[in-house]
Amino acid sequence: MAVLLIFIPLFASILFLFIKGNMGKMIALTFSVINLIFSIYLLSSFDTQSDEAFQFAFNEPWVESLGISFCGGLDGISLLMVLLTNFLTPIIILSSWGKTPEYPAAFYGLILLMQAGLNGVFMATDGLLFYVFWEITLIPIWFICAYWGGENRIPVTIKFFIYTFAGSLFMLVGLIYLYLNTPIEITGNHNFSWEALQMAARSMDAAGQQIVFWLIFMAFAVKIPVFPFHTWQPETYTVSPAPGTMLLSGIMLKMGIYGVIRWLLPFSPDLVSSGYNLPIVLCIIGVVYGGWIAIKQTDMKKIAAYSSLSHVGLIAAGIFTLTIDGLQGAVIQMVNHGINIVGLFLAIELIERRTGTRDLSKLGGIASKAPKLSVLFMIIVLGSLAVPLTNGFVGEFLLLKSIYSINIYMAAIAGLTVIFCAVYMLRLYNLAIFGDVTSHTADMKDLNARETILMGIIALLVIILGVYPQPIFDISKQAIETFQTTLTLK
Amino acid sequence: MADLVYLIPLLPFLGFVINGLVGKSLPKPVVALIACGSVLGSFILSILCFKQVIDEGAFTAVLYNWIAVGDTHIQIAFQIDQLSTMMMLIITGIGFLIHMYSDGYMHHDEGFHRFYAYLNLFIFSMLLLVMGSNYMLMFFGWEGVGLCSYLLIGFWYKNKEFGVAARKAFIMNRIGDLGLLLGIFIIFNTFGSIEYADVFKNAYAHGDSTNIICILLFVGAMGKSAQIPLYTWLPDAMAGPTPVSALIHAATMVTAGIYLVVRSNILFAMSPSASELMMYIGLATAMIAATIGLKQNDIKKVLAYSTVSQLGFMFVALGVGAYTTAMFHVLTHAFFKALLFLGSGSVIHGMGGEQDIRKMGGLSKALPITHITFLMGTLAIAGVPFFSGFFSKDEILAMTHGHSDVVFALLSITAIITAVYMFRLYFLVFRGNFRGTHHQKEHLHESPISMTLPLIVLAILSVIGGFLGMPAWMSDNHILNHFLHPIVTGEIHFHPTESFEFTVLGVSIVLLAIIIFAVRNYYITKSIVPESDEAETGMSKVLSHKYYIDELYNTLFVKPVEALSIFLHKVVDNQIIDGIVNGTAWAVKQKANLLRRLQDGKLEWYMIGMVAGVLLILVFNFFM
Repeated sequence: MAVLLIFIPLFASILFLFIKGNMGKMIALTFSVINLIFSIYLLSSFDTQSDEAFQFAFNEPWVESLGISFCGGLDGISLLMVLLTNFLTPIIILSSWGKTPEYPAAFYGLILLMQAGLNGVFMATDGLLFYVFWEITLIPIWFICAYWGGENRIPVTIKFFIYTFAGSLFMLVGLIYLYLNTPIEITGNHNFSWEALQMAARSMDAAGQQIVFWLIFMAFAVKIPVFPFHTWQPETYTVSPAPGTMLLSGIMLKMGIYGVIRWLLPFSPDLVSSGYNLPIVLCIIGVVYGGWIAIKQTDMKKIAAYSSLSHVGLIAAGIFTLTIDGLQGAVIQMVNHGINIVGLFLAIELIERRTGTRDLSKLGGIASKAPKLSVLFMIIVLGSLAVPLTNGFVGEFLLLKSIYSINIYMAAIAGLTVIFCAVYMLRLYNLAIFGDVTSHTADMKDLNARETILMGIIALLVIILGVYPQPIFDISKQAIETFQTTLTLK
Repeated sequence: MADLVYLIPLLPFLGFVINGLVGKSLPKPVVALIACGSVLGSFILSILCFKQVIDEGAFTAVLYNWIAVGDTHIQIAFQIDQLSTMMMLIITGIGFLIHMYSDGYMHHDEGFHRFYAYLNLFIFSMLLLVMGSNYMLMFFGWEGVGLCSYLLIGFWYKNKEFGVAARKAFIMNRIGDLGLLLGIFIIFNTFGSIEYADVFKNAYAHGDSTNIICILLFVGAMGKSAQIPLYTWLPDAMAGPTPVSALIHAATMVTAGIYLVVRSNILFAMSPSASELMMYIGLATAMIAATIGLKQNDIKKVLAYSTVSQLGFMFVALGVGAYTTAMFHVLTHAFFKALLFLGSGSVIHGMGGEQDIRKMGGLSKALPITHITFLMGTLAIAGVPFFSGFFSKDEILAMTHGHSDVVFALLSITAIITAVYMFRLYFLVFRGNFRGTHHQKEHLHESPISMTLPLIVLAILSVIGGFLGMPAWMSDNHILNHFLHPIVTGEIHFHPTESFEFTVLGVSIVLLAIIIFAVRNYYITKSIVPESDEAETGMSKVLSHKYYIDELYNTLFVKPVEALSIFLHKVVDNQIIDGIVNGTAWAVKQKANLLRRLQDGKLEWYMIGMVAGVLLILVFNFFM
């Protein structure tokens, strides 16, 4: 049943081959909202207490002779990711309405294709199927960024494509290596299913697990991105059109983090549970490094990009602690980071549309011209700043706490994000919103009704999920506790 | 009462929501009514809580579970005991007076509703801070008040410098907050809980980790309560409207650090080195800020440095284990410092926005109520006998005397300096001849009743507030000690001898008389006006430049951090890391040139390749 989450947008995107003109945005919105409603329906019938590994599971043979099947399902973690995807996609579609792109049919078709691919990534429970969806998502996003992007888009997006694609190939090799080690007693074949790959990993020695770890890690490290595999990211975020940036930062990078939980840790269980700290160190370097660079940037998109590098580094570091705090913190922070970073890029886009610039040295005085924008932007900034009672705090607290449980010095260094984030976020906000109006902002208009609702929804979520986050934890609780015990039990 | 407690923070929060969302379209009196009314409501409920605590003792009210993740359980719950009710009364009581005052002070400001919304949000956050039953809820309030402080310092957002001051305040606070957060992690780890009740109950079982916990908590307190090295944001925070300076940057928020230490007094009592550190930092802060206060010419800056210095006094008291004494000074300081700030606001209001005391003088005639009440505040802070500040400050001095003679001596000198800069301020503003412009002189006026009434109430409190804590030779009943007794189990008890008390009393009367006479003689009889900043030389130049601390921080921290940021971006990121990435791609491309020969479009090559492939697969299938 859950497989519809993939096929609704997939068929809708095929529909777009026959649509011309301006109808596209309405149709895209309709289908993405249908998908959202459907995923909320799945949420409502999801059993948080269930012992099943995956609910709403589907399983069709695909390439039987090679042990590949079209199978998937949802546990608490992937359900949250699917909800995030299907919540953000309509938001992203709506955000583009004020500035309809050229060839709208193609544009919106690609977004729906992206939605289908992302849902596939989060639901697949077959290694090869996961890989296929993983690569499928790369194609629409690359077209969106390369075709509708800004200046210098071709070299930047080609680099993005090759870099992430190269990373994925390492993962493919890693998966095949595992596959060849899967037991063949039962079916006479090797098998790509998640369970079989996990069994294969358990049968390997430390050296084998280390090889698997680094092969698969490469793909995720590039996608998340983890320092030092991040250099495609700031440029790509900057040149991409706003919907592309939002897709990339809001959802796509969660593929990488999700991948670490689902497709990396279980495949090197002994290695990661034996205090393997190198990945944590890399992630924490990224936290400080990204935050530090963001301090002096003048392009608002660059600040958001480097801040994202810093924030996701913390998420990934929390996961590698293998503690309940770290994993739950990571899961909730994936949701919240998705909401906040999309809100941030949305605010930046709305400012750029009105003023024609993202350069902080040319902005100022927006507070007096666009009070609604300023207030909603402030709430989103507070979420990013992780002020308590906003959504950003919950995850940051648990993640830092989990790192503390490994090592207090690492927690103190990662904790510098608390200070850096205040420096660069408030600098961005103050320079753009406060001060006197400039020639660019002099006749700026405030938000219209659609934009107010869009930003309002995000701002509301920032507060609701900060004041009462427990429902999110309840969804992923079972999955994470099972996961954590199987991983750390010897 | 327990089931109504949640209303105490909720009322101001609702005020914030209403004024924030629709305040712009409401008439000003309605906005003010909502804002003041909500705080008054909280004040009345706080009194009821206070009464219940006295009658039946402390109680806890649990609202809901914030998170339950693994072993991390955090609930939203309020602990209403002696300490929190005392803070609640200060916050809502003085908060209400300042809300009322703001109606007059901010009346012509276009951001009237926004101002009230922020003030209400502040009251909400500050109440969370003191009412929470665990360190997490306190941290919520802790960060919340920091945010409100940021919003209110930068309230007049068109001015870029104010925005910089606001950011500076927030960032410096965040440095402290990181320390506090780490402290909370250690508490969690050590005690398995962050509920005050669980932590304090088991404090003695975990004596070895209290030192690091207390040092980290104190780092948090340094940020919020403006102690060395994190104090430089507070004087800059005077960019905010004056009621904000009175409420946030004098009476309530900056005392959050003292609250934190007193709340955790059991832990601090077990960690002598953290206490020692606190005492020395407090002492150094008190002295440095007081000496800077001697040379400031902005009426609010003098009061700001005075606040930093008084907070230093409180930390000295905490450092020697005199927790109720510190709370006593929190209370009296809240009265007289709120009064002084509001008085200075009244002066600034009357002078048409002028803050430079060199351009004032002789204001006593035009602003009689402001003058009298300001004088009461000055007498209180200077420690003139039987005014409130006398009792609390003498108690601190007496406590340090029991601890160390050197600390006692240095702190006494600081108390004397306090009297000097306060009387200097008083005489320059209210006595002598008017030194402002003709235009200012014509427009001089006393403030409206909404502003003078809070001044009068605070003046009365500043005069009589000290009788809550009379020394032993005056009364057997130290009301405050008695009241706070249940929550300060870590208190060090020290009773100074009567002869010591009388000596201090006598000496301070003589010294104060000399100071008042000398300062009056210098600024009034000789009519000496402080020089302009450029003309300063030697030590007085160093003082008026605040020991060049801001410049020092700029060179030591701000500039290097910014330079490294650019270096990381331009060199490390763009050249080294990306260079390696591009280099790898280039190398692959070179190799690919070799491989490309395989794909030269000649069909026979492809055929050979295919056959070879099929053969290989067969070989693998059958022979491996």
